[in-house]
Amino acid sequence: MSATSDVRKPVVTIDEATIRFCGDSGDGMQLAGKQLTDTSALFGNDVATFPDFPAEIRAPRGTKAGVSGFQIHIASRDIHTPGDEVDALVAMNPAALVTNLSDLVDRGVVIVDKDAFNKKGLALAKLQTNPLDDGTLDGYTVFPVEITKLTRLAVEDCGLSSMKERDRCRNFYAMGLVYWLYDRSLDQTQRYIEEKFGKRPSVADANRNALIAGYNYGETTEAFISQYHVPQAKLPAGTYRNITGNEALAWGAIAAAQLSGCELFYGSYPITPASDILHEVTKHKNFGVRTFQAEDEIAAVCASIGAAFGGAMAMTGTSGPGICLKGEALGLAVILELPLVIINVQRGGPSTGLPTKTEQSDLLQAMFGRNGESPMPVIAASGPADCFDTMLEAWRIAVTYMTPVILLSDGYIASGAEPWRLPDVSELKKIFVQHPEPPTNGQTFEPYARDERMARPWALPGTPGLMHRIGGLEKQDLTGDVCYDPDNHQHMTDLRAAKVAGIADDIPPQEVEGVEQGELLVLSWGGTKGACKTAVLRVIDSGGSVAHAHLRYLNPFPANLGELLGRYEKVLIPELNMGQLRMLIRNEFLVDAIGLNKVKGKPFAVSELVAAIEEQI
Amino acid sequence: MSMQTELPVLSSADFASDQDVRWCPGCGDYSILAQMKKVLAGIGVEREKTVFVSGIGCSSRFPYYMNTYGIHSIHGRAPAFATGLKASRPDLTVWVITGDGDGLSIGGNHLMHAIRRNLDINIVMFNNQIYGLTKGQYSPTSPLGKVTKSTPMGAIDNPLHPLSIAIGCEGTFVARTIDMNIKHLAATLRRAADHRGTAFIEVYQNCNVFNDGAFSYATDRNTKADTVIELEHGRPLIFGKNREKGIRLNGMEPEVVELGKGITEDDLLFHDEKAPEPSLAYLLSRMRYPEFPEPIGVFRAVDRPRYDQMLNDQIAKAREQQGEGDLQALIHSGETWSVS
Repeated sequence: MSATSDVRKPVVTIDEATIRFCGDSGDGMQLAGKQLTDTSALFGNDVATFPDFPAEIRAPRGTKAGVSGFQIHIASRDIHTPGDEVDALVAMNPAALVTNLSDLVDRGVVIVDKDAFNKKGLALAKLQTNPLDDGTLDGYTVFPVEITKLTRLAVEDCGLSSMKERDRCRNFYAMGLVYWLYDRSLDQTQRYIEEKFGKRPSVADANRNALIAGYNYGETTEAFISQYHVPQAKLPAGTYRNITGNEALAWGAIAAAQLSGCELFYGSYPITPASDILHEVTKHKNFGVRTFQAEDEIAAVCASIGAAFGGAMAMTGTSGPGICLKGEALGLAVILELPLVIINVQRGGPSTGLPTKTEQSDLLQAMFGRNGESPMPVIAASGPADCFDTMLEAWRIAVTYMTPVILLSDGYIASGAEPWRLPDVSELKKIFVQHPEPPTNGQTFEPYARDERMARPWALPGTPGLMHRIGGLEKQDLTGDVCYDPDNHQHMTDLRAAKVAGIADDIPPQEVEGVEQGELLVLSWGGTKGACKTAVLRVIDSGGSVAHAHLRYLNPFPANLGELLGRYEKVLIPELNMGQLRMLIRNEFLVDAIGLNKVKGKPFAVSELVAAIEEQI
Repeated sequence: MSMQTELPVLSSADFASDQDVRWCPGCGDYSILAQMKKVLAGIGVEREKTVFVSGIGCSSRFPYYMNTYGIHSIHGRAPAFATGLKASRPDLTVWVITGDGDGLSIGGNHLMHAIRRNLDINIVMFNNQIYGLTKGQYSPTSPLGKVTKSTPMGAIDNPLHPLSIAIGCEGTFVARTIDMNIKHLAATLRRAADHRGTAFIEVYQNCNVFNDGAFSYATDRNTKADTVIELEHGRPLIFGKNREKGIRLNGMEPEVVELGKGITEDDLLFHDEKAPEPSLAYLLSRMRYPEFPEPIGVFRAVDRPRYDQMLNDQIAKAREQQGEGDLQALIHSGETWSVS
């Protein structure tokens, strides 16, 4: 970064900052947020992000319905959440300002595009008075900047044909300003501009000019008195990259296929917020990856089961509504006892619900959403980077036990990003897969014979002498022939249940952070890990007798979980649903757990968790 | 090759599994099963490389009776299972067995998409114009007015013509045959087996319990010469006991004409199964008894790129252009940073 000045403004060093870009869904706020994220991660901060956008691709411009936001938390220490409250808010129009202002801290920084606060902008946001001068912003540090006008000036010589095209650079101007305010280097974003727009030189030039102009504005204008600097975080040694949950699932699947010597088959039907997994996986065909964009959710899972029968690492991915449609086929996968990974990137429900908002309300669906006695292992990722490891574990369980496995993610993890310490591939554990060989000395093949883990053999078509038929009708033990015998159905039902229950002996015991026994255990699962952990640590720091256990394994539970729960006087289960894990825990262990539940399409704030914990101790 | 392993010559019986066949006595399915085993033995397929996939319904029990690999899946979804299997295992020969209810009602969507993708699979639809396994409700191919358990006053759903659907989905091989006409049935299965791409065969199949005689006009030895017309590529459409009648095009419409009295074979419609445009095949699929004799045989047999082939070509191309995937390189690609 070359911008220098003789009299540099003072730089205030701070531990952390939470910044939110918000504007119209066409204003490029997601891009701005991602660029600041990558830049900060590359610099060495710990980062956590929360993209929040409407389901409509382009809701009416300038209205509250169309506001898109991207929040990023940067810190010089280990952080686990995108931050409860915003230190600096960049609002590109009045609608964005008024819908986001309540999250801003007292005396927080507000940067607005003053040009957008005209009659039209105010009317679109249904405002009678202008928040810039009606007292709305009293108590905040406000910087009204003529972003539209200054952007147009900055890009006027770049050869862009229309005003619309010029105005499309406003997000880069705003980014430049924020980069100056938080002492960020422009290098990474300049490289991005070159890569992304290199083939359209006028667009690249304009974006670059806007970015630099925004930066220089901060540097030169008298309005801004000082810069903030968030030093590098002391993260564990290693090589890092930024990763979103969906990317990590895609790469995890590619890795799991390699580690098991299988070729990946991913059958999927586009659905928010899971589609990015398909987009990412299909880029990597040179790994032997086959993707199948099916005609519907049902075909996606059925094709995957077909591929599993043929020996592929079969996977299907969707969100809650898609799981509803796949339900019957998932039951088939249970009775066929074929390995399959089913990803559910959960979103707000029921029905179409809140497609772009996060929720954890499909746990009971994952557990029970099939006809008949249909046990299926369920595991959940706890954050973007954890998606990679969780995928490896899902496939390990699937092939070791010859069973479909549901992997739960959520909208928050899927599009949120965090630094990921890259594993050394040579140190990743191989996933053991074995297919039976052609029989010798005329033995009859038994497709439903079982090994010591109760898994049946994965015999592949093409193998002489192992021809067999599988199907959704009840199987006779060992032979796999169709069998309606009452005792056999009981026996097979018991076998399938015992097989899944037995996985408990093959997963790590549940660990806790905090006191080994005491007043309160906070028990969480899925994408709330960061917030719960941060809250518990905060209460521990102030002397509370509390501990945190975060579950990856939801079916079966870790073998020691019952004993562990018994060591605490109370168990608090925060969930972004109305009490689904709590229901399972009460049922399994007869523990009268307390729920902290909300479904507002937003993750937990650390402060609300702290308050709930303190209420119990 | 210096050594050649001799493949054992298999008989029809080698394709029979050890399971008792449990269709109703007299069911048309027996004939199809017998001809399938005979045809596969005859063309020397390897049992271990053959997979039968089915949905739900009487016909869908078929895989249990074949000594090959098989999946008896869920209602209507067999084409989707077959798609995943064939796409990931192009070395396998995949047959889908379905019925008029399984294929055209609950599974209509998958059937349509399998045919348009043109994977190298064979789909055999047993059409008996009734739901047999659920004991006698009308199906999507039951004629208007059909009285069944669920339509005591007659069906009010307009029936579908399976071949019109297959042709509308740009099917590359579309044929019809009849369970009782075993020679024609065997020949049609053999043609389907030889076709590269999705072969769709409709088999008129008699359900002697719930819809007996639905196709008697086409199987009765006294009437069939006048009610069925056998398609032959490059030959005029002639039928009748004495081959005295034919089909002529009058504008866009087919009409039945008597040969003689100034009408010769050259005036008739000539069948062209390789016509690039499916219009002729579609027109033939619309010819229904009693207005017309119903055509049997191969309506359409053309070449078109196959999904499984193109998918695997893309993988080969990606490997050629980018090299074999390297996981370590992938994970470390793009913007990374080090902390020491």
